[in-house]
Amino acid sequence: MTFEDFSDKALVVEDLVLYFQLTHGIVQAVDHVSFSLAKNRAVVVIGESGCGKTSMGRALTRLLPRNVARYSGKVYIDGLETMALDEETYRQQIRWVKISQVPQAAMNSLNPVLKLKDQVMEPLLLHEKGITQEEALERVHAVFDFVGVPEGFIERYPFELSGGMRQRVVIAMALITNPTVIVLDEPTSALDVLTQANIYNVLKRIKWEKGTSFVLITHDVATSSELADDVLVMYAGQMMEHSPATEFFAEPLHPYAKMLMAAVPKLHGDEELQFIPGKPPSLLSPPKGCRFAARCPFAMDKCKLEPPTFRMGDRLVKCWLYEKEADEIVSSPEALAGVSS
Amino acid sequence: MSEQQVAVTAQPGEEKDTQEQPLLSVRNLRIWYELKRFGFLHAGYVKAVDDVSFDLPRGEAIAVVGESGCGKSSLMKAILGLVHPYDGQILFEGRDIWEGGAEAMRAYRMKVGYVQQDPYGALPPFMTIRRILEEPLILAGVKDKEERLERVIRSLEEVKVTPPSDFLNKYPHMLSGGQQQRVVIARALIRNPKMLIADEPVSMLDASVRVEILKLLDEVQRERHLSVIYITHDLSTVRYFSERIFVMYAGKLIEKAETYEILRNPKHPYTWALLNAISDPLAENATKLREIPPGEPPSLITPPPGCRFHPRCEKAMQGKCDVEVPPEFRLGGNHEVACWLYEEEGRVA
Repeated sequence: MTFEDFSDKALVVEDLVLYFQLTHGIVQAVDHVSFSLAKNRAVVVIGESGCGKTSMGRALTRLLPRNVARYSGKVYIDGLETMALDEETYRQQIRWVKISQVPQAAMNSLNPVLKLKDQVMEPLLLHEKGITQEEALERVHAVFDFVGVPEGFIERYPFELSGGMRQRVVIAMALITNPTVIVLDEPTSALDVLTQANIYNVLKRIKWEKGTSFVLITHDVATSSELADDVLVMYAGQMMEHSPATEFFAEPLHPYAKMLMAAVPKLHGDEELQFIPGKPPSLLSPPKGCRFAARCPFAMDKCKLEPPTFRMGDRLVKCWLYEKEADEIVSSPEALAGVSS
Repeated sequence: MSEQQVAVTAQPGEEKDTQEQPLLSVRNLRIWYELKRFGFLHAGYVKAVDDVSFDLPRGEAIAVVGESGCGKSSLMKAILGLVHPYDGQILFEGRDIWEGGAEAMRAYRMKVGYVQQDPYGALPPFMTIRRILEEPLILAGVKDKEERLERVIRSLEEVKVTPPSDFLNKYPHMLSGGQQQRVVIARALIRNPKMLIADEPVSMLDASVRVEILKLLDEVQRERHLSVIYITHDLSTVRYFSERIFVMYAGKLIEKAETYEILRNPKHPYTWALLNAISDPLAENATKLREIPPGEPPSLITPPPGCRFHPRCEKAMQGKCDVEVPPEFRLGGNHEVACWLYEEEGRVA
């Protein structure tokens, strides 16, 4: 694929692999995942704990622990292939310039002994050469105003703020360099419903007014719909389904996605809640064939073989049930990334 | 503690005469925490719970819903007898739990089970599951080792941690989050309590596991005819479990009604805002901003005069809501709401 193909893409991920080395084996946290994300869109990555979604977020921003056994694939951000870059170049030119991250438990990720203005300003001072303190401060004011942190808070320390306010500050920090993509890892899981809705309002405004793209990693399917343009369902390190949100929330395709949706408590409607029996497989030695087969009510003999990814219109699903209806089998990472959004 | 009070099988015939009386009555409860004094200067109180009253009938599950800092955890601690009320009473089976000293409090706590929010933190990491579940029985004076083991096994079966023999000698970290929470529930139930207090029992769990635990609690509640207080900030899980909802804001119960009534027909502007902020998984959510009341919950040290929600309420009436505290107005059915909008419609409860 050539550079031009990516002109409307904020992020293209091809065949991303991230394995960790443990004392008793290798954990296959992210196993050959491919997708792409158009500019000014948001993809939601959903799945149970331990399905590899946080690892994928870390792989995208290359914030990796020491025990990485394998890290491969291609990640194009704004048309630029970043996997080939060395760490120093990546740090200077990509991280926080093109892609920034709001980490899990972000509320507690602020430095307790620095004033808010100093920590929010830091990415600017590091990444925009020649910017003066005054200009940087101006930008902090602007971004605080945008995410709804009151004027006077700029001189405060993190402990003086409520959880929701701290979350806004962390979002401001990710936003201040105007990156193409922001990776959000469980941005609201520790917050109250009203605060949660407020944070999503802020994120929507960032998307609509600044044109930022988002990768939203969460286990909370219901609130993720607040931001979702596309939905990517992960299970045991693999991508099980990738669909536009309108189609996904109307009817998920993959049996795992269906069961996950049936487990979401809803305020309206009278359906009985369902749960998924069993537990996800160990990523140390994932089962052969379809990884969900052991818990799947539709499992057939064929599921002993690993299903390919089938394309149904603009949706992708990794399940043998759709063998007949599907338009085609998509196997190359380039094509997989090409289909989505 | 006599053996009879902790007997395995509940006797359905006992205390028939008290059936009409609610199991738990909270009367004008105030939990005020005193701020640090400066010499003789009295700095004031944090009014975490302020004039709260309700009844919990036998065998009924209620939910207390509110945001963090609304006082719901203080309310729970007071009901468990962990903090002393500043004012007001907590009556269990008609008796004030603080009457009769330490021995009476011990006897009271034998009848109350508590399910903590975070199973990882609630189970001691150095004890086996067997030891964790035996502990409450030892404290209750069950001396017979065989009987204790039998009850431990039975309670593990009840919460579906099966086969129990596989788990007895395991340590908490060897269990999944869902299994850990089941053990926490087993521990709360092992002394056959009459009342169970569950503080956000599913907020730390995955969606799928969350449903399993909610279903388990529901089953246990029905089978044992337990009274349950379910404390949560998540209105969307409430309707699968409890019969009535109490909405709490800034230390006060502002609305009480049947679960379906609240969900379908919220009266208080705060309840309305709370319901409006919850998303069902629908694609159109992404196309519009949600309406959220401005501002944040008030300080509990100097709460606003009148209705505590009035600074954020778009329907606030000047000269009324910011002056006088609204009483609870009773509307049709069992719907009670503390809001001046319903002054004409309802009558003071």
